[in-house]
Formats: sequence, C-alpha cells, structure tokens
Amino acid sequence: MTERLSLFEKIWRRHTILEREDGAVLLHVGRHLVHDGTAAAFRSLADRGLTLRRPERTFGTADHYAPTTSRDIASITDPGRRAMIESLAASAQTLGFTAFGLEDRRQGIIHVIGPEQGITQPGLVIVCGDSHTATHGALGALAFGIGSSEVAHVLATQALWQTKPRSMRVSVTGALAAGVTAKDMILAIIAKIGAGGGTGHVIEYAGPAIAALSIEARLTLCNMSIEAGARAGMVAPDETTFSYLKGRPFAPSGEAWTQALNYWRSLPSDEGAAFDAEVTLEGAKIAPMVTWGLSPETALAVTGRIPDPAAEPDDERRAGMIHALAYMGLSPGTDITAIKVDRVFIGSCTNSRIEDLRAAASVVRGRKIVIPAMVVPGSGLVKAQAEAEGLDQIFLEAGMEWRHAGCSMCVGMNGDIAAPQERCASTSNRNFAGRQGRLARTHLVSPAMAAAAALTGHFTDVRQMMKGK
Amino acid sequence: MEPFKKLSAVAVPLELPNIDTDQIIPARFLWRPRAAGYGELLFNDLRHAPDGAVQNFVLNEPRYAGAKILIAEQNFGCGSSREQAVWALYDYGFRAVIAPSFGDIFYNNCCKQGVLPVMLAPAQVAALREAVAIAPGEVTIDLERQLVTGPGGFNAGFEIAAFQRRQLLDGMDDVALTMALIETITAFETGYDRALPWLAAGQTLH
Repeated sequence: MTERLSLFEKIWRRHTILEREDGAVLLHVGRHLVHDGTAAAFRSLADRGLTLRRPERTFGTADHYAPTTSRDIASITDPGRRAMIESLAASAQTLGFTAFGLEDRRQGIIHVIGPEQGITQPGLVIVCGDSHTATHGALGALAFGIGSSEVAHVLATQALWQTKPRSMRVSVTGALAAGVTAKDMILAIIAKIGAGGGTGHVIEYAGPAIAALSIEARLTLCNMSIEAGARAGMVAPDETTFSYLKGRPFAPSGEAWTQALNYWRSLPSDEGAAFDAEVTLEGAKIAPMVTWGLSPETALAVTGRIPDPAAEPDDERRAGMIHALAYMGLSPGTDITAIKVDRVFIGSCTNSRIEDLRAAASVVRGRKIVIPAMVVPGSGLVKAQAEAEGLDQIFLEAGMEWRHAGCSMCVGMNGDIAAPQERCASTSNRNFAGRQGRLARTHLVSPAMAAAAALTGHFTDVRQMMKGK
Repeated sequence: MEPFKKLSAVAVPLELPNIDTDQIIPARFLWRPRAAGYGELLFNDLRHAPDGAVQNFVLNEPRYAGAKILIAEQNFGCGSSREQAVWALYDYGFRAVIAPSFGDIFYNNCCKQGVLPVMLAPAQVAALREAVAIAPGEVTIDLERQLVTGPGGFNAGFEIAAFQRRQLLDGMDDVALTMALIETITAFETGYDRALPWLAAGQTLH
C-alpha cells in the first residue's frame, strides 16, 4: 500500500539528514533568512571560530530597526540601535551572503521580501530568527521561527535539531463574504482554537475558502499561525502559487523552472493523508474582526460586545480577562463599534503588501481621516508599486502619513511607538501589553477596518462603509 | 552551557495565562549585548513603573527573594522568538520554569540556555502554586528522575524529550555535536543539491 503523506510530511522527509534513536531529527535548511536582530548569533559564530556554511542559502535585510522617516542610517540617533543595522551589513560582507540594506530598493520586512524576491519557494524548510517566519508557508514551504542559539547553529551547519511536530488541518469551507479578508479569517481561527491551540503542531490550511485566496492573502493567513501557538502554517502550492513565483528574481527560469515545477506539483497532501487534529470553520460566517484584549485569541466580530469576566467559569481565564480589561481601559458589555480609537497603524509582516494597501486606499479614497494614521509599506518595492498606482497620494490627501519600509509600530524597536494609554487600531499581529509602546492599547484589525476607523475615529463595520460608496 | 541535574530552590508563582515574551523582556531592550546583562530587565514593565519606582508585582515580594524556579500558567513564553527572554530569566537567577504549557520556540530556547522547562498538568501546577503560596518553601526538581517535589508533600513526574533532557543534563553544546557530523551533512547536501538544482537560480543577479 502506498503511504498517504501530508504536505508537511513530504517536506520533513525531504530535509531529514538523520534521525537519532531518541527521536531527535537533524533537518537541512533550504533557506535561512536573517535580519538586523541577528547580531548575537553572528557574534556567537565568530566567538566559536566558525564560518557561514552556505552563504548562497542565506538572505538578509534590515527591518526591525529600520527608520521609516528616512533611508539615512545616520538618522538613527541611538548608537545601540544603529549598530544592529550596521552589524547585518558587516556580517553580510564578511560572510558573503546577500543582504538588502537601507539603501537598497529591495529592502523591507524579511517576511515580505522573501516571497517578493522568489527566495521563498514551495517544498523548502525555511527558518529565520523571528516567530513570524510561518508567513512563508503560504507558498507551500515548511517555515518556522527559531531562537538566537538555533540561528547560530544554522549559520554553522545549515541544519537544525528538531523533534517532529504534530499536524493539524484547519479547513475553511465555502467563501468569504465581501469586506471580509484573510486577516479576519486568521483572527477567527485563533479565537476558535485559542492562543495555545496550535502549540506543538504544524497547521495546513485547506478547503475552498483557502484555495480561493491570493498569495498575499495566504501570506497574511500563515503569518499569524504563531499567534495560535503553531510551529508553522502552510498552504498547498497550486497554480496561484506558480504564477505568483514565475519571473521573480530568485525563482528558477527556463529548464530549471520545469524541474522545480515537477517537485512543487508533487507536494500537496495525498488524498486520505492523516492529521493529528482537524478543525473546520464556515467561511461565510466570518465577519470583520477586532481584538479587545491582550492576546490575539480575544478576537470578536465587529458587531460584538466586550465580554463579561463574571460569566467566565475558569479562575485563571477570568483573572486574565480582568487584567486585560483594566490594561485596555474597557468595560464589559461595550459595543465594539462604540470604542473610540486614537491612532491607526497600517503595516507589518501581516498586512503591508500591495493588496493590503489597495484595500486601505479604496476605503479612504476621497475622504479625510479624523485621527492620526500612518501607512508603512512592507518593502521598498511595495512602496514603489503603491506610488506608481497613486495610492500614496490617496493616503496623503486623506491626511495619513506615508513612510519608508520596515517593521515600524508593530514592535516599536525603531522608535515608532504609540503613547501610553493611546488606543491604536493596528493591522499588525500582536496586541500584547506594551507591544506598540509602554501602556499602549492595541486592537488588531484588517487594513480595510483600520482605514474605516481612521475615517470615523471609532471601530466601524467596513461592510456598512462599502455600501455607502 | 551550565548543566542542569537537580535543583532545590524557592519557587515564585505567577498566575496570569499567555505571558508572552514581550512581557518577559520588552522589545526596546533587545539591542543590548548579552554581556550587558538582562537580569534587571526581566518583566521590566511589570516590576517597575515608568518612573522606575517598584510596582506591586510578585517578584518584588521579599518572601520570594532568591527564587530560582518560576511557577507560571498556560502558554508561558508565547509570541516572539527573542532568546533574550531566557537570558533575562537566567540572569535574574531562574534555572527552571514550571507551567501547564509553553510557547514552542521559548521552550527550545530554554533548553539551549540551561533553563529547564517543566510541563505539568494544569491541576498539578495550580496545586503546587497553592502549596507555595500557603507555605513558601523549597521546590525540588530532579531532571535525572523527571520528578518535582514541593511543600505539603507535592510530588509529580514530568515528561521531556530525550534529546533535550540529555542536552540539559550534560550542558551539551549542540553546535559541537553537529559539527562532528559534518561528513554526514555534506553527503546529504550533495544529494539534496542534485535533486533541487534550481535553488542556485538567481544567485548571479546581485
């Protein structure tokens, strides 16, 4: 009998160098992505007297510390932060790998530029010292985040010790309604399975609502797999994937393209492949989502109300809810649409691609914002594309800020932060306490929902706004 | 890496679920070199007010001074992959974290830094936390026997993957371990490169 293998299982086997008797597996790494937060791992490599094993399999960019108001490194006044960007450039020079610095048009958030450059490809194990590495699973790769010690190990050996994760299939049936996006879909999935619901698992997203998504939407979906605790998230490669990749700078061409395509077409899970867990959602029932608490699992439909901790039977969960409501300055029973917003951030590895910017621009076109809002494209090339389409002018005429590419206010490491108690509608991935600045209050939403909030000053069902156009 | 065999120490309870690594070490400190030390920055925004004043937080309670074991809640260390979260715990003095579940990347990072992550059932963690809150006393973790004992006769076994257990017991450097396998790796790569030759595409562009 032939084995019926999942997408995950096929990639896992293709990259297994050896398996020890105790179950530990040494995995080869097809692509290693690095960034300006990787300094400690480069230092560790040098301290051990080791060198980079596969420079041609290693790609880097400056993103976490990248200033978004200027491309001049001298504009970073803090020497410690400036040194992080300088360290990436110096390491790339010394070790001989490709890195896109601030001066390069191709610079951007590592999880945006990997797919954009065709560095990310189906069927590869891809790792990066960043938890949002699952993003790359959108193209049918097994991609996951690792810590700094593991980064040093991959630099030295192009391999990684792992214990095999379990598998989970999340199926979304039917189709998404108008005004509902991949961001709402992943928030609905996390709300259903919980912030730890995917722990120890690799998720394969499947079903008609997933197959209908563009690659950019799949990138948004897979990006937040870690917010459900999952090691990785992935979507089987299909014609959408292949046409996205064709012609990208680091994608194969000519005869190599045909060879690659043969491998890629063999990857989708076999009919009847087994999964350790199965979850199903109905696509048509998903509404635009807004988070209210300090974990992405606190996502609710925009038509909902803040829940009451008194109704929560579990002691730990109730304590968590009370803590979150106090931090967020919210009361039980409040309509989500009654919550006033102080600031809007559109960007991050979750939602800074051209389709995200088009969605936001279509909402604000010809209107004026009433609260501060900034738009931070995911890469220099996304920025150039948006400008070629006139999106920057739409944002600027509405009163929004148009910035250079970087991680920016998703994590605030470059100094782009919200003020204490400031309430931010954000297209990023984490509403953790202090994530966007000390005591800042983050609500996660889609780009269209963020744009709608910028126009009204409170959470607004973008579906209503679309009717008015 | 410092080996972990057996530890008896004061344990401090931290009750909130989903404590993410941004709480353990805020992002604004991550540029600091390892050598600068991270202990003072552990849970910075929970321990200290913006003006630096000491806040009402369990780690600030004198009865938990010198604690080396943290008793945490569900999904501890979720979120960002920052290994600085483990550096901060280690530099503060922690050598073990007990919780019902952990973020996967945080769990792996602990094993690389000599901090033992101990997974117990939610009811066991709650019982241990209660025992420690009533009668602060030493908790003992024996990795060789995979056993936690504590005040009030608390006694619970735990599971850990054999590779990670060995790594912690020996203080094993896995880079050295893997470098010793470099011939096996080279042989694998030769086959892999032949099977996926297109991975070299685009390399001449830059």
